Amino acid sequence: MKNHVKEFRELAGRYTSDLRHRDRIQKALAGYYTRREEHQTRFQDWAGARDLAAETKREAINHLDRYLDEFASKLEARGTKVFWAPGAREAREYIVEVARRHKVRSIIKSKSMTAEEIHLNDALEREGFEVVESDLGEYIVQLRHEPPYHIVFPAMHLTRQQISDLFHEQLGSEFTDDPEDLTMTARRVMRRKYCEADMGVSGANFAIAETGMISITENEGNARLTTSLPKVHVALVGIEKVLPKLSDLALFLPMLATAGAGQPITCYNTLYGGPRQPGEPDGPEEFHVVLLDNRRTELLADAEQRDALHCIRCGACLNACPVFKNIGGHSYGTTYQGPIGSVITPHLRGLQDWKHLSQASSLCGACTETCPVKIDLHHHLLHNRRNAVRRHPAPLEKCLQATFAFVMRRPGLYALAGQLARIAQPLQHLVQGTILDPLRPWTKTRSFPPLAPRSFRQLWRERKRP
Amino acid sequence: MKITLFIPCFVDQFYPQVGMSIVQVLERLGHTVDYPEAQTCCGQPAFNAGYWDEARAVAERQMTIFRDAEAVVIASGSCGAMVQVFYPELFRHHPREKEARILAAKTFEFSDFLVTQLGVVDVGARFPGRVTFHDGCHALRELGLKKSPRQLLQHVRGLELVEMKEAETCCGFGGTFAVKFPMISTAMGEVKCASIVETGAEYVISNDSSCLMQIQGVLDRQGKPIKTLHLAEVLART
Repeated sequence: MKNHVKEFRELAGRYTSDLRHRDRIQKALAGYYTRREEHQTRFQDWAGARDLAAETKREAINHLDRYLDEFASKLEARGTKVFWAPGAREAREYIVEVARRHKVRSIIKSKSMTAEEIHLNDALEREGFEVVESDLGEYIVQLRHEPPYHIVFPAMHLTRQQISDLFHEQLGSEFTDDPEDLTMTARRVMRRKYCEADMGVSGANFAIAETGMISITENEGNARLTTSLPKVHVALVGIEKVLPKLSDLALFLPMLATAGAGQPITCYNTLYGGPRQPGEPDGPEEFHVVLLDNRRTELLADAEQRDALHCIRCGACLNACPVFKNIGGHSYGTTYQGPIGSVITPHLRGLQDWKHLSQASSLCGACTETCPVKIDLHHHLLHNRRNAVRRHPAPLEKCLQATFAFVMRRPGLYALAGQLARIAQPLQHLVQGTILDPLRPWTKTRSFPPLAPRSFRQLWRERKRP
Repeated sequence: MKITLFIPCFVDQFYPQVGMSIVQVLERLGHTVDYPEAQTCCGQPAFNAGYWDEARAVAERQMTIFRDAEAVVIASGSCGAMVQVFYPELFRHHPREKEARILAAKTFEFSDFLVTQLGVVDVGARFPGRVTFHDGCHALRELGLKKSPRQLLQHVRGLELVEMKEAETCCGFGGTFAVKFPMISTAMGEVKCASIVETGAEYVISNDSSCLMQIQGVLDRQGKPIKTLHLAEVLART
């Protein structure tokens, strides 16, 4: 089995010392911050909008059973096939089966983090289907055989130069650093793929219970082509994507665009409610909606952290997170990076294997402050830490913490420990910087302050003495 | 007013002058200051590491010590957040929950206490120099303190306050995080310090000595002459 902590430490170490990476991410996000701030002010009351969004999601999540039933039955009434997938395996098998039944050869896919979560592309390719990502960023990382770097900006870690080299190598295009030329290259490939594809796979940004529709929001128009040209459309939807009413989109679409990309509204916003109906000129002949649980109901059962299911995958918490900005998206080793990933991955993939992500945080709270649906992200990192310790305390740390508590409950012992540390301090100076230095994790990169000659308690006593 | 001081363990051991400065300022304003000597630590190191039973045991001691205090002033935004925000959570459904809430309600971070409780923004301080202010995350986001430290600094004679671009960005300290993930913590510190250096300030001021330990640690290693000072140390100078 993979050692996730070790891998995380190695990658985080590599990325944090890569100053060009740091610079690139800072630059990539600089424009986002300005635009986001600008468009937030276009809301009459951004704080109020956040309250309303959180309230709407709370309602949806707290009555998920009812809303999902409503969503599914409305879809089915228009001839959509709805499949309830308890886990990733069932979802993959169902989608593979649909492809087989239709003797599909080529599949076109629009952006879906849920598909990443269940490793859908791998499963389809293993069965011999060709899968092409139609979102430009996703297409780029697909050509590089790497996972998305960021849930919204999958290729934000790459320079134009790198993308040009990649296209030259794999698609035979001319070298260029003009973004438009690069886009045109991808577009030429993509247009052919849309026409060849027998099946389109998409995710969903929202699932509207009231009308039984999925809402997809995108900037490139690729999702529209992915979902309407091929004769079969499969949409993979996490069960937490539900919104009660169609009118909720009036808040959530601009909010997602603003928080996610610093846009007033995303370019293309489409609702899909079923396959081609009699008399309609276009649209897929078959429409499947796969509703994915994959341990989301376990999170639902945790009253303390249930609000993590409010997430609309806008990526704002990643953009605000100083840890993310330094270690980058690939260090996490998860489908969902950044604070939201650190909060939910332990629930989706096991607390003991992924608790280190909750520990790798200064708990600064920038994520919680920015989250449009008000998920208590940084406090959930604390909750994950507590839950991990409760179930499996690490023996050495447990011992240290017990000693800490023992000393801190005894003021005399605490004062004595302070005095002993003053005696030991010159010894630490002798070994400072070497492997014998107990403070090495600190002193390797930072100076460490000396203990004050006299503690506050001593100074206070001296002051009181007449 | 009789004010009871909570001097967090690392301030007690590493930065006692911060505590003494608080005493000076409060006495200068005509208040009586008390320091119960049996106090130790708020319990945050155990709490943040997930050891809530150990944290509770330490917290209970402090709750007993400060039970009769009229108002508790704490010399750190982070430890302030521990008492004000996290004690009530730590003691939820515990027999001493009410007591935790009472202590939380009468505990104040130093700058917050001066401005919102005593209504003072000018403490008669003089400090010639160009300074920038670092918002400690706990003070800023758990306690919502953005204005009060700046109001106090703006009334210090001779002081020029220059805001840095990333005043609200975490310095990367984060308690044991700083030693559990030193590479991430240091990278965050470097980003912070780049922002500090850009202001041309001679001093970085904060209401949290723990952030300043990290910032000074990085600045020293970079060979930068910028010095860190706790807000109280600035306010104590006349």
